[in-house]
Amino acid sequence: MQKRISSIPFKGTPEQAKQLAEVIEQHKNQRGSVLPVLQAAQEIYGYLPVEVQTMVAEGLDVPLETVYGVSTFYSQFALTPKGQYHISVCLGTACYVKGSGKLIEKITEKLGIGPEECTPDGRFSLTACRCVGACGLAPVLTVNDDVYGRLTPEEVEGVLAKYM
Amino acid sequence: MYRSNVLVCGGTGCTSSNSEKIIEALKEEIAKNGLEQEVNVVRTGCFGLCALGPIMIVYPEGSFYSRVTVEDIPEIVEEHLLKGRIVKRLLYQETVAEDRIKSLNETDFYAKQRRTALRNCGVINPENIDEYIAMDGYAALGKVLTEMTPKDVIDVITASGLRGRGGAGFPTGRKWSFAAANQADQKYVCCNADEGDPGAFMDRSVLEGDPHVVLEAMAIAGYAIGASQGYIYVRAEYPIAVKRLQIAIDQAHEYGLLGDNIFNSGFSFDIELRLGAGAFVCGEETALMTSIEGKRGEPRPRPPFPAVKGLFGKPTILNNVETWANVPQIILKGAEWFSSMGTEKSKGTKVFALGGKIKHTGLVEVPMGTTLREIVEEIGGGVPNGHTFKAAQTGGPSGGCIPAEHFDIPIDYDNLLAIGSMMGSGGLIVMDDTTCMVDIAKFFLEFTVDESCGKCTPCRVGTKRLYEILDKITKGNGTMEDLDRLERLCYYIKDNALCGLGQTAPNPVLSTLRYFRDEYIAHVVDKKCPAGVCKALLNYHIDPDKCRGCTLCARNCPVGAISGTVKQPHVIDTAKCIKCGACMEKCKFGAIEKK
Repeated sequence: MQKRISSIPFKGTPEQAKQLAEVIEQHKNQRGSVLPVLQAAQEIYGYLPVEVQTMVAEGLDVPLETVYGVSTFYSQFALTPKGQYHISVCLGTACYVKGSGKLIEKITEKLGIGPEECTPDGRFSLTACRCVGACGLAPVLTVNDDVYGRLTPEEVEGVLAKYM
Repeated sequence: MYRSNVLVCGGTGCTSSNSEKIIEALKEEIAKNGLEQEVNVVRTGCFGLCALGPIMIVYPEGSFYSRVTVEDIPEIVEEHLLKGRIVKRLLYQETVAEDRIKSLNETDFYAKQRRTALRNCGVINPENIDEYIAMDGYAALGKVLTEMTPKDVIDVITASGLRGRGGAGFPTGRKWSFAAANQADQKYVCCNADEGDPGAFMDRSVLEGDPHVVLEAMAIAGYAIGASQGYIYVRAEYPIAVKRLQIAIDQAHEYGLLGDNIFNSGFSFDIELRLGAGAFVCGEETALMTSIEGKRGEPRPRPPFPAVKGLFGKPTILNNVETWANVPQIILKGAEWFSSMGTEKSKGTKVFALGGKIKHTGLVEVPMGTTLREIVEEIGGGVPNGHTFKAAQTGGPSGGCIPAEHFDIPIDYDNLLAIGSMMGSGGLIVMDDTTCMVDIAKFFLEFTVDESCGKCTPCRVGTKRLYEILDKITKGNGTMEDLDRLERLCYYIKDNALCGLGQTAPNPVLSTLRYFRDEYIAHVVDKKCPAGVCKALLNYHIDPDKCRGCTLCARNCPVGAISGTVKQPHVIDTAKCIKCGACMEKCKFGAIEKK
């Protein structure tokens, strides 16, 4: 999946920087620490702008391009901020066969955003994900931590309305 | 002692169907009725019948309540738990016989199953090590450390015929013996819990329902090959599994079942969790190890094999979750017990994740050699809504489809390979006459294009080209030469890609071309999609006999392509139509069809 680089100005706080420094300190002498530290950094900041990646690189004493290589390789890492409500529509096989593609079309129609995009007010962002493992409930979408299963395109509007 | 135990499924499927709230409501209602000392509520792992979730079983009666809602809880507590009257209305209907309530094992879904790897899932509380120990947990580790030599352990696993459940089916015992034969100051045992195959969730269910079995099995392997450190590489997308694994590791430490000098035997073993970050290629063994090392998860050429030079350059064995789940029982019950199940070359059982167009979606575990017909029709309840079975897809993006003509083939590793599919991790997606096989091939290729790591050219460029040709065909621009080109390119990629991902990526194309060539030809020559899926090839029509002239469709058409007068059949102008399907959704009389 293509990664986009954020043009939104970075607004990190000193508390966040302190949290990150602590995480880096914990992992410093561990082998293979780049991945867990980036995962923690994304927990703290919500996404991984280049400023955060630079802090990780300097803290762990590895080249920035190594960190950048890792952050762009894995789909879990976001280089752009997510919306307040992050919608993931499962496009795993079981969901796809049961029509999850239509759920995405419906959301795009309602919110005017496609996959990997965020509404201008920062309220919703949308992504197509691979299998959340709830194949028994296909088709499935999640909004933050809430899971909605056995959906029809008609029901999408009602789900979105809960977060409007 | 409790007089009643209420088991509520806390697997991902049922949690998504709100089982957490049900547990809360249940505890509240039990407290309200003063039954806390008499009734025990247990959050278990997956029962397998996810389609009917959230699921609840009340023992000692064994009443199986399905699709329970929070509103049903007061009735269940008052009627069943307080007054002892089973709430028939909420029972899974197949367990209700005329004169009695059947046990779960008599239902079609469970009768043919043989739950071996899943034996504790849905039975014990996965967050309590005592319940695992009560089910003979850690007895196999005790036996290994006190009565067996490392060589004995490997011999038993080899004799059992256990093969890797992750997809390729490599004999587990042989893998272990390679790593044992290599001398090194440090060796590693890894668990592949990066279940990336879309549509497969058996590993997740084991981790969520029975996490200790994986820890125990890894410690056994550590003893067998001489390793003191293990890693579990688990998807970050599986938060419940991650949490329960961590709890299990902590509890095992507390009990001295992991850590230094286990059972006073002098053997020490520890396990660390590593979270994956969403890359399908990390299910490939060398890529997984590079990812544990904190790098981009790119595969590397083999040899050297991991048993010689694996994680951090040391001899390493890697097995998948389901493989691990079989190990302790093989040690306890013996190689003969395990090899008595299955076919000549594929021993034991296999867990399948049934999904797609099938009535009972969920997890099933059957002996190897069970036929597809038994799985789909008898256990899975067949294809719903009056549609007909077209094919079952196994092996995910690396596998292929099994058409109806092979419905009676006994499923094992070798038979599936022979018909152009593969076992894979065990996803089994059923497709019916409304599934377009060209579209499915395109779907899988889109997946591999996305997930190709980019290291080798055949996979990076080749899969992209395959995708483009398929896209062209589904848009109605394909030619017969394209079909030949597809095939040639497929074999080229198979022969030249670096790792398993690339080598198997063409399988969905090859297998659909083999069994459903007529569908490809329909797309190419007739410019038609027989299943009615490929949008560019469809035209919407109004059946004049069914249309009542209500004008609803005309009012909802965004481009004004529908014309007609009130109470007269309407007509769609196919030149103007943008094929959005809005009319079809709105029509109350089913008068609009696409073909």
